[in-house]
Amino acid sequence: MTNGKNEVLQVADLTKTYQCGQRSLTVLEGVGFALATGDTCSIVGPSGSGKTTLLGLCAGLDAPSSGNVTLCGHPFGSLSEDERAAVRNEHVGFVFQSFRLIPTLTAIENVMVPAELRGRNNARPEAAALLADVGLGDRMDHFPAQLSGGEQQRVALARAFINRPDILFADEPTGNLDSETGEHVVDLLFRLNREAGTTLVLVTHDLDLAAMTDRIIRLHGGKVVSDTRTATALAAMEG
Amino acid sequence: MDRWIWRFAARDTRGNRGRLLLFVSSMVLGVAALVSINSFGDNLKAAIDQEARTLLGADLSLESGSPFNERVEAIIDSLGGTQSRRTSFASMAFFPRTGSSRLVTVRGNQEGFPFYGAVETDPPEAATSYLESGGALIDGTLMQQYDIVIGDSMRIGGMDYRVEGRLLQTPRESAAVMLFSPRVYVPLARLDTTLLAAGSRADYEVYFRFEDERDADAAIEPLQSELRGYRVGTDTVEEERENWNAALTNLYRFLGLVGFTALLLGSLGVASSISVYVRQRIQTIAVLRCYGASVRSTVWVYVFQAAGMGLFGAFLGSGLGVLIQTLIPQVLADFLPVDVDFRVSWPAVFMGSGIGLGVTLLFALLPLLSLRDVSPLMALRSGVETGPRRKGWAWWATVGVIGLGTTGFAVAQAPSVGMGLGYAGAILIVFLLLAGTARLLMAVLSRRPPVGVSYTIKQGIANLHRPNNQTLTMMLALGLGTFLVTTMLVSEDTLVSQITVAGDTNRPNLIFYDIQPAQVEPVRQVVMEQGLPILEQTLIVTMRIHAVGDRTVQELREDSTARATWAHRREYRSTFRDHLTDSETLVSGIFTPAWSGEGAIPVSVEQDVANELAVDIGDSIVFDIQGILVPTVVGSIRTVDWRRMQTNFFVVFPAGSLDAAPAMHVIMTRTDTEAQSAQVQSAVVRQLPSVSAIDLSLILNTFEAIFSRIAFVARFMALFSVLTGMIVLAGAVLISRFQRIEESVLLKTLGASRKTVLRIMSVEYLVLGFAASLTGILLALAAGWSISIFVFDAPLSVPFASVGIIMASVVVLTLVIGHLNSRGVYDRSALDVLRSEV
Repeated sequence: MTNGKNEVLQVADLTKTYQCGQRSLTVLEGVGFALATGDTCSIVGPSGSGKTTLLGLCAGLDAPSSGNVTLCGHPFGSLSEDERAAVRNEHVGFVFQSFRLIPTLTAIENVMVPAELRGRNNARPEAAALLADVGLGDRMDHFPAQLSGGEQQRVALARAFINRPDILFADEPTGNLDSETGEHVVDLLFRLNREAGTTLVLVTHDLDLAAMTDRIIRLHGGKVVSDTRTATALAAMEG
Repeated sequence: MDRWIWRFAARDTRGNRGRLLLFVSSMVLGVAALVSINSFGDNLKAAIDQEARTLLGADLSLESGSPFNERVEAIIDSLGGTQSRRTSFASMAFFPRTGSSRLVTVRGNQEGFPFYGAVETDPPEAATSYLESGGALIDGTLMQQYDIVIGDSMRIGGMDYRVEGRLLQTPRESAAVMLFSPRVYVPLARLDTTLLAAGSRADYEVYFRFEDERDADAAIEPLQSELRGYRVGTDTVEEERENWNAALTNLYRFLGLVGFTALLLGSLGVASSISVYVRQRIQTIAVLRCYGASVRSTVWVYVFQAAGMGLFGAFLGSGLGVLIQTLIPQVLADFLPVDVDFRVSWPAVFMGSGIGLGVTLLFALLPLLSLRDVSPLMALRSGVETGPRRKGWAWWATVGVIGLGTTGFAVAQAPSVGMGLGYAGAILIVFLLLAGTARLLMAVLSRRPPVGVSYTIKQGIANLHRPNNQTLTMMLALGLGTFLVTTMLVSEDTLVSQITVAGDTNRPNLIFYDIQPAQVEPVRQVVMEQGLPILEQTLIVTMRIHAVGDRTVQELREDSTARATWAHRREYRSTFRDHLTDSETLVSGIFTPAWSGEGAIPVSVEQDVANELAVDIGDSIVFDIQGILVPTVVGSIRTVDWRRMQTNFFVVFPAGSLDAAPAMHVIMTRTDTEAQSAQVQSAVVRQLPSVSAIDLSLILNTFEAIFSRIAFVARFMALFSVLTGMIVLAGAVLISRFQRIEESVLLKTLGASRKTVLRIMSVEYLVLGFAASLTGILLALAAGWSISIFVFDAPLSVPFASVGIIMASVVVLTLVIGHLNSRGVYDRSALDVLRSEV
């Protein structure tokens, strides 16, 4: 329990080492933290500090060299690759820097993918509602190549929320967008997150964006150098 | 989950269907080849079953190399039914109007035969009228070659015949058989019986028709053993059907095997295309994995796509195969004894489609299995290394199934297990060598080029070993096509050159045989009057083996545990002389020049025959010469160079041992021109009609005619592989097109001209075409050498000019296909390309 809420993500003493020929390269070392339902957290740090690696490990996309990740009560260390995938399908949403829409599917089909993977065959109305919610109600049957970057990222947001995830991992969600479009996407991200009560883990270089979350974990050289509550969080707590 | 796999697999093909069709097009021709040849085979079998009686022309036939004896005549009488007799032998036919003569197979027929089916002639009524008028029917090709027209006169032996019509189709004989020895039909009653003197070869046949519908097989069965003892062979409708079925099944199965090569090559094209295709889907797969798709389900998505492609290709190939099937009877026309109706054979269509689908899936599975290694992390960072590719049990199991499946199909399709295994082994070796050469080429080319090499050459060569290159696929496609064509060419040349070489220098090229002792001097005189030399004169005595060691051939044939081979059964034409000729080499024992007259005669036996008879020096062989048993002992064993155009013998007796035996003489001479040959043949035949002649140039022409027909069939089937190779090549160029466009745009942005970009591509295709064709040709020479040594037993002959043309053609073809499929690459807008997603 964290602050009386359920813990969604627990990271304990996480280390990731890559083998490069004879040399080993440690990109994360002894990282630990926990997030509760509805928490928002940013992971910041310079390039090469291990942000994306940490995100990947938290989401079970990769296995750590040592340490443990527990997501929604599932300890990843004891799960196979396919079992981790099943956990992701049930509890996790993703937003990627370069959108990662499937080019051969229309906008609505892209949104439906996580739901269909869960075995739901009637996800279309929900996907349509989500697309309408992100302002793309009239672009549902467009293919990614027919959408702008901002529109593609909004489709990705709708896709991330279709399974009502417990936790959303967003990797530089505005990294490929201009500032105006980026702001719009961020507003949408936070609104949807708030409405769904989803825990948010955000990897970003943008400190203004990071400041919008409750908590900032700063990485340097693969180690946590600070883990602070933001003014937003403090203001919220005071309020 | 399963429903999702289907749905996603279908959706994911959007925008790629054209590309997927291109991938699958490489296997369409292979399926078409299999379906067409097997469907035709089924129709052929049905036609033979339907017309089995027509093939024999009767319910039963008896055949002997000598006139039937009294006991056999009694058996013939007891069999009853309607009978018709025929006597066949080789003789010279002389045509007075043109002054030409030709060795032909004379068939003396009686009314009645064929009882079933018909002899087809032009004019049609000649098929029966010649029997009444005493005229003759002549093979159509022979009439054309010798400018013979209906109404001409023909002389065989001492008899003159009026040519009544041309033979178009006869029972038991295909057009190819006619090429070896043209047929001439005359009434049996008008045969010149002096041509059937002792020592001459003739076949005596009697055909039966049983109106009482009795079972001919059952009727003849109890008599078989006795008839065999008199060297009388029997043939029933069932046997005839089995013989034709066996021979033609072998033929179309072999052709199916050649077609299967195209399917294998096409499947490699599929594997290569899928490999590139899935590489382009990695981001999609990574996203799916992020969202919870299991490893298994992502692999299944693309297995379903491959299955869909395979099914489509199989249907397309089957449709094309059915269309091509209509061409096969024309391609094989010379080898078919019956007309084959067109009918779609559904078992063949299902088998071809099934094999096409199966092979596509198996070959697609190899690259698809690598999808298991796609990490979901790649959705976050596209540069994530997936680590070394796993080649776990599934990969090896797939390779194993491909290997076993290919071998199994080859064995099932081939005329024999050995040939099937040989084919599978040869294909494996050729593929491995081509792949090995491609890897070697890439390794060599990836070395730093020497200083001073131009940029275009460096870049063009770099294209062959850069990541995502298609060098391996293109080398396989081009190399295999070149290999097939060159192997056929070299084999054909080796065969033809054997005959040509045999006719070189001062060796004899015209042989007169069937010369009775009294005719020797007149023949010599006629030959010398024409200014030609007598190069060789030999005596031939016809005999059979009665016993080897202490067991008679009859005993050996009846003993299922003993081995009676062709060497035990054949009729030997032996000679006696006091020396070895220059085509013979003693291997063991001592050659005895003359026989003392006491004890068994020491004979010299050819090595292969000695092996077949399982005899060695000192072993005894009893020969039957016209009913007289002659005991001999193996005195020496020798090898014979059969390619020499001279009289060669399996068994040579010492001088003085066969003086009393009925012998036939052979005289050999050499002519320099065809006209000279025709002149001396006519002169001999006019004066001595029973003497026959063999002209080497005629044999050469006949051989070339036969071989060109076989080669045409083989080339027709090889065409499937060559065309498939071109499709695979075009596919390989097309799937790397986006990469080429990116490079071209980058070069253009950096200032490269259109000419530079084109030159770079030209260098790439030239090197590729050259390397692939050279490898294919070298492999073909190795294969040709193996065939020449182990099959033809002759030195390899290489038509260098033709091989050079093949090489140049492959290089030019590669260049043309490469450029055609890369056209427009330079013209693409830089901005378009930079904005595109791969």
